[in-house]
Amino acid sequence: MKMEETTSMDILLKGIWKENPVFVQVLGMCPVLAVTNSVINSIVMGIATTFVLVMSSFFVSLFRKLIPRQVRIASYIMIIATFVTVAEYIIQAVSLEVHKSLGAFISLIVVNCIILGRAEAFASKHPVKEAVMDALGMGAGFTFAVLSLGVVRELLGNGTLAGIPIFGPGFEPWSIMILPGGAFFVLGAWLLFFNWLRERAKKQQERVVV
Amino acid sequence: MTGESLSFIFINAALINNFVLSSFLGICPFLGVSGKLKTAGPMGAAVTFVMFISSIFAYAIHQILLIIEAPYLQLISYIVVIASAVQLVEMFIKKFSPVLYRALGIYLPLITTNCAILGMALFQTNRGYDFIQSLIFSLGAGAGFSLALIIMAGIREALDLSDIPGLVKGTALTLMVAGILSMAFMGFAGLGG
Repeated sequence: MKMEETTSMDILLKGIWKENPVFVQVLGMCPVLAVTNSVINSIVMGIATTFVLVMSSFFVSLFRKLIPRQVRIASYIMIIATFVTVAEYIIQAVSLEVHKSLGAFISLIVVNCIILGRAEAFASKHPVKEAVMDALGMGAGFTFAVLSLGVVRELLGNGTLAGIPIFGPGFEPWSIMILPGGAFFVLGAWLLFFNWLRERAKKQQERVVV
Repeated sequence: MTGESLSFIFINAALINNFVLSSFLGICPFLGVSGKLKTAGPMGAAVTFVMFISSIFAYAIHQILLIIEAPYLQLISYIVVIASAVQLVEMFIKKFSPVLYRALGIYLPLITTNCAILGMALFQTNRGYDFIQSLIFSLGAGAGFSLALIIMAGIREALDLSDIPGLVKGTALTLMVAGILSMAFMGFAGLGG
């Protein structure tokens, strides 16, 4: 990959589609599975993760020449943990209800592999502007992924979308979709779908070459 | 919630609300290391040990933070304790079993970012467990993690030998199997209550 030629727009878009952290890199699975039982939870989780990702990438990139290599992981975790604490207090202040339903999973953003992964693989090697763009892209990709799970699970499991009933009163909810098992099934199905899309694109490309 | 009996805490953490299959904690190593039975066992043991140590320190830190009234330091101090415990286990395994050390590879230091451990430390604080309850809780959580990991490794070893369409292979299949396992674990609901 030639870094000089990629514009910041490319860096942003890469996170959303080509290197989507959830569907392509299979990182940060725990929050993806745990909090996606409703659309509201998914959105809050997506925004909170994006916030932490952008802030920590900014600071990791800013301090990249100051942090000694031996203690870099520990320093990154410190930076991340600080912003997760900030995010947690903000969510608690804005909506106590959402804070309660997300529970420990807000604190658990600290151990989301996407954030540490981006800090180590991208932000620590690139200037501030690119690092922030990359973090924004990855955050958007993550939000897109949790949202696509949340929409399916709430729609099928509850018959609602962000609390608004979609189907008539005759709809029998698939309660398995809100339960833990459903999370695995929906994520598995999405991965399958993306595998199929990529497989198809590859075949089409081959056909063009031939 | 402090009135729970010790056996209930253990069964609850290990089976009813299994850490991996119904609380979704520790999914990364669950998907990563569950390929072979040989590494799944030691990995489970290492995680259980780190959980046990972290549980002791998390309890102590929580008491200190209560005294100095600095709850916002909770997350940062817990993660430091866990990282040091992982370092300890890593040195221990490297010294006593270099073969195992190589087999676990990158997943050993990654125990630090295993949400099961931080989750366990946060849960025991949130639920207000006393010292003994916290220890039992950490052991139950560790047992639950190991159980899920070993069952999954057994299934995946068998799956390797069967004829599967190429598109499904890999993570998608593992997730589907985990979903079925998770449904099976729902059968434990009400146990020990």
